[in-house]
Amino acid sequence: MTTETTATPNTQPNPRLSGRLAELEERLLDGDRRALARVLSWVESGDQRGREMLRALYPRSGRARTIGLTGSPGAGKSTVTNELAKAFRKRGQSVGIVAIDPSSPYTMGAILGDRVRMTELYSDSDVFIRSLASRGALGGLSAATQDIVHVLDAYGKDVILIETVGAGQDEVDIAGAAQTTILVNTPNMGDEVQTLKAGIMEIADVLAVNKSDLPGANRMVSALKALLSLNPDRGWDPPVVRIVATQGEGIDKLAEACDSHFAELQASGKLQSAELDRARQQITSLARANVLNQLHTESGEEHLARLANDVASRVSDPHTAAAAWLAGS
Amino acid sequence: MSEASTMTDQIRVLVAKPGLDGHDRGAKIVARALRDAGMEVIYTGIRQTPDMIAEAALQEDVHVVALSVLSGAHMELFPRVVAACVERGITPENTLFLGGGIIPDEDAAALQDAGFSAVFGPGAHTGDIAEYVREHVPELDRS
Ligand code: B12
Ligand SMILES: Nc1nc2c(ncn2[C@@H]2O[C@H](COP(=O)(O)OP(=O)(O)O)[C@@H](O)[C@H]2O)c(=O)[nH]1
Ligand SMILES: [Mg+2]
Repeated sequence: MTTETTATPNTQPNPRLSGRLAELEERLLDGDRRALARVLSWVESGDQRGREMLRALYPRSGRARTIGLTGSPGAGKSTVTNELAKAFRKRGQSVGIVAIDPSSPYTMGAILGDRVRMTELYSDSDVFIRSLASRGALGGLSAATQDIVHVLDAYGKDVILIETVGAGQDEVDIAGAAQTTILVNTPNMGDEVQTLKAGIMEIADVLAVNKSDLPGANRMVSALKALLSLNPDRGWDPPVVRIVATQGEGIDKLAEACDSHFAELQASGKLQSAELDRARQQITSLARANVLNQLHTESGEEHLARLANDVASRVSDPHTAAAAWLAGS
Repeated sequence: MSEASTMTDQIRVLVAKPGLDGHDRGAKIVARALRDAGMEVIYTGIRQTPDMIAEAALQEDVHVVALSVLSGAHMELFPRVVAACVERGITPENTLFLGGGIIPDEDAAALQDAGFSAVFGPGAHTGDIAEYVREHVPELDRS
């Protein structure tokens, strides 16, 4: 890639869309929320129309600031998201929210309840909230999240907040998905602090101690600072901010901490390198999914069954068989 | 079934309680039952205005708007929710409107005229509700 193409992403003409899709794109870019909602559904479900729309819209993305929120279930992520959205709206910035909850691995059903904490944003047409189920995506961060963010970005949202299921691996996933990651903690996490593994502390750019109205907030702040001091130097000291999301306390400070982090990303050039990392990550995961889909066709399954037979009966070995399956011969 | 088709077939339902009625047990039970039937259920909680419900339905692009009222205010609230939805292009042609709660038969008939596809009362089997949704969502015009 030449630096010239990176610098002028919008000079390429949009790939042509057919009549109905072109009309939908026009409505979306005109600010039509229903058009946006429908395109998000297509993009989320991997519908061909979604892919075409994304291809057309993608050159317009890359302007939004993205902030991820993670933390244990019940830590207050949705409440904090609601308050942060209000803070950015006060500055006149439009806000997109992507709130992810887990799908049942057995039925693929899900209850998406984050909106319960965000009802006061409904009357503001410059806030758009979309609930996503993880739909079996490894790590809990819905596989379609990045694409959804790209569409909200192209739609013109200034800030996009991504709330993810607070468990395990997705904390690391979200660090890849957003420019700034907030880890939401609470005073009553007790021993959980001990289990905040190095990996999580390393990806958090800003730490919030929410529910600071409860006893133990100061102790929690000290514990987090002590843990942070063990981190290798990465040119950024994650601030620890005390907040009470239910009362909106400390939220301006939290937003300012995000601003400082963003400013540091810009100043250090990490904004660009992280964008390249994200692009690389999305390409590889999509390519991996594509390869798997191509292998798991009907004829691919038959081939696999024959190869498995050969391997089990020692006619072939696993490595030779895997190569044969990939080669389709 | 391939992964792609399961995802495209995913039914999204909004379960909401309009008005000041605090009886949320039924709504939560219906929400859980639909989740267990494999659907994605967006639950917005109690005390929702018709505009809030319509706005959530719009942003979430749901197939089903499911409303629960036990207080007796359904004849006032349910049609207002439909009106707020229709204002935003969410109509009974492209979205299934379902009602539930303490609803006398004569009201149920009137609600069907107001755009509700079906109304379920006390003792309704949640399995029947899920079955009804699965059967009628494919008839919607989602183009
Ligand atoms: C439990 C209950 C309460 C609990 C509620 C707890 C809670 N968080 O839900 C408490 C004690 C708090 C309560 C309080 C009151 N209650 Co009360 N309560 C009941 C009671 C006994 C059972 C309701 C219930 O939970 N049923 C179990 C659930 C699972 O059933 P369901 O809600 O009917 O749901 C089923 C179906 O209706 C349907 N369904 C329901 N919603 C939906 C939605 C969709 C989309 C679909 C498809 C289906 C569907 O599917 C469900 C599964 O079968 C009913 C009487 C009754 N027999 O219904 C009175 C009743 C509803 N309450 C009543 C009243 C008057 C009150 C109070 C005003 C009393 C007072 N004076 O203080 C307060 C108001 C509270 C408030 N803030 O609104 C009256 C309402 C009168 C009316 N409609 O004209 C009733 C009918 C009792 C009566 N006979 O007088 N109540
Ligand atoms: N005491 C207290 N409770 C809070 C605060 N913030 C959130 N909560 C409550 O914590 C619970 C979980 O909040 P929620 O935002 O849904 O958490 P999430 O699961 O992390 O998204 C709710 O009952 C909130 O009202 C706070 O600052 N103080
Ligand atoms: Mg939440």
